[in-house]
Amino acid sequence: MITALANPHRFLAFARWAMPAATVAAVLLFAIGLPWGLFYAPAERLQGESVRIIYIHVPAAWWALGVYVFMAGACFVGFVWRHAIADVAAKAAAPIGAVYAGLCLATGSLWAEATWERWWVWDARLTSMLILFLTYLGYLALHAAIEDEERAARIAGVFCMAGLINVPIVHFSVDWWTTQHQGASVFRADGPSIDPSMLWPLLVMALAYAAAFAALLMANMQAEIHRRRVEAAAARRLRAA
Amino acid sequence: MSLLGIMGAQFRRDLALVWKSGAAAPLGFFLGAAALTPLAVRPTTFDELDQLAQIGPQLLWIAAALAALLVLERLFQADLEDGSLDQMTLSAAPLEALVAAKAAALWVGVGLPIALAGAPAALALQAPPAAIPAIATGLAVGMAAFIGAGLVGAAAAASVKRGGVLIALLALPFFAPPFIFGAAAARAAVLGDPFGEAFALLCGIALAAAAIGPVAAAAALRLQAE
Amino acid sequence: MARVRLSVEGLILARGGRRLFDPLTFATTGGAYVEVRGPNGAGKTSLLRAIAGWMRPFDGTIRFEGVEEPALAIAYLGHRDGLKPLLSADAHARHWRALLGGDGDSAEALDRVGLSAVADLPVRAFSQGQQRRLALSRLLIAPRPVWLLDEPAAALDSAGKRLLAEIVSDHVKHGGLVIAAAHEPLGPAPDQILALA
Repeated sequence: MITALANPHRFLAFARWAMPAATVAAVLLFAIGLPWGLFYAPAERLQGESVRIIYIHVPAAWWALGVYVFMAGACFVGFVWRHAIADVAAKAAAPIGAVYAGLCLATGSLWAEATWERWWVWDARLTSMLILFLTYLGYLALHAAIEDEERAARIAGVFCMAGLINVPIVHFSVDWWTTQHQGASVFRADGPSIDPSMLWPLLVMALAYAAAFAALLMANMQAEIHRRRVEAAAARRLRAA
Repeated sequence: MSLLGIMGAQFRRDLALVWKSGAAAPLGFFLGAAALTPLAVRPTTFDELDQLAQIGPQLLWIAAALAALLVLERLFQADLEDGSLDQMTLSAAPLEALVAAKAAALWVGVGLPIALAGAPAALALQAPPAAIPAIATGLAVGMAAFIGAGLVGAAAAASVKRGGVLIALLALPFFAPPFIFGAAAARAAVLGDPFGEAFALLCGIALAAAAIGPVAAAAALRLQAE
Repeated sequence: MARVRLSVEGLILARGGRRLFDPLTFATTGGAYVEVRGPNGAGKTSLLRAIAGWMRPFDGTIRFEGVEEPALAIAYLGHRDGLKPLLSADAHARHWRALLGGDGDSAEALDRVGLSAVADLPVRAFSQGQQRRLALSRLLIAPRPVWLLDEPAAALDSAGKRLLAEIVSDHVKHGGLVIAAAHEPLGPAPDQILALA
């Protein structure tokens, strides 16, 4: 399938029906998951209603990381086999991942306010996510700063792959760092334990985020491929004139 | 000529360039940046000096990280602009080895002086004299980790005009682990706590950065030469 | 040593999604001087950089025979001289010997390009022409069979141009291969002219 989609024509043919399908799936899943999590799922014993934010916060965190792994995989394919479509995929995924990471940070901040009346706490997971967010911003800025698009994709790809090595190291460091101050800290490193009645809406929301990612990714890729075609056609006309 | 011989030649050339183009600038910047916080909080009583002592070693690490970001900008940019990078790719030594030699020269020319200057700076920031050797050693290892971790960002943005801010953004995520362990070790040294674990983790990060950084940076530089 | 042989087949180079020239096929061997001609933007520099192995062909092949590692058989002299303003000519010569593995006599090479009197001075004191001469000396200090020269006569005065022609002729006479991109003829009669369009 990957090799079949490596051809832009075939990708566009595939996305013509897959993108709307993913959009419909995302809308349906959000329509189920959001009310389920925000209204029907039980409130948590210790944290009360504020815990409902996990249905937005936790899937955003999972997929901010998942999108990054996807991106690094696409960069690897683009770097080794020089598939143009892999470069397009990585570039298209980055803003979505950045938005997911930003959403995770924003909801994490709200959650901290509701729980500890602080707008930000330096717990291990939020700090890791902040670094991942910066890595996304760096990738986007680097891609935009290099004029030649092909080179931009490859060089930003090297940065993206190096960033993937960095992610677990950062995670380990901040974990170590927060456990060092355990005595002084009121923040637990682990989240609330998950009850099955909370797990199901959480999984539905995770699927909804995944479907939204797929739909947005394909939309971005379509736009990118069409933009490149328009530019190439304009360049051809310029030379013919 | 042997691989080590070629690396040695690249090391000596870069060290000479670091010295001739002013190794004093990053050093002065480091000291100035370390002095900014005392200027802002203006400690006038002994109590306030004690408060400064609480965060003194961490301030040194912030200043060292900023100084490392500054020197990374020109590391590959100059070679790319003047054509030296082309010649490096025609050498019998792999580009990875030449990048490692350049990074080593930067560490000796800028990193070690900053670590040494960290000793009087730490005293000014109220660190106890007994903690100074540990702080300076930690800074020396930390500068190696910063330079190694910053290589990929410096190489990726080498062709970007005025890429200093971009390189800083690219390098920051890689600076987080050495920063965490290094500042923790310095803090523990000042408080008289055992700092062995943090220091060992810092050394591990520095080794990993020194091993992976040149490989990633060389991959980006080869793409720059296209 | 076997003579180096270079064969290029159906080569297409692209920049920014644009083909630079019609598919290019040619073959040449050591002992030949090849001149690459064409208007600005025709892809002369790109062709040399592709032969050097830096730029990837969009299509076609570039093959060397008679050398083990092409990168170690090539000397490249481009628009950018590869000089550091703060270092002396001598320091450059020593560095090239180490980096590129030269057994050439650097004092003799600097003498030949007319820089022995200023060998101790930092390059920032040099004129454009002197900098180009120093870059030329690299070809003599680190001898390699294949020379890729991109507008080597730029910034050289008439004496410098004569010197360049002499150095190129010598190299070809000794079995070397020289491929030069040039606006106007360098001097030596080309064995082959590649006109890019």
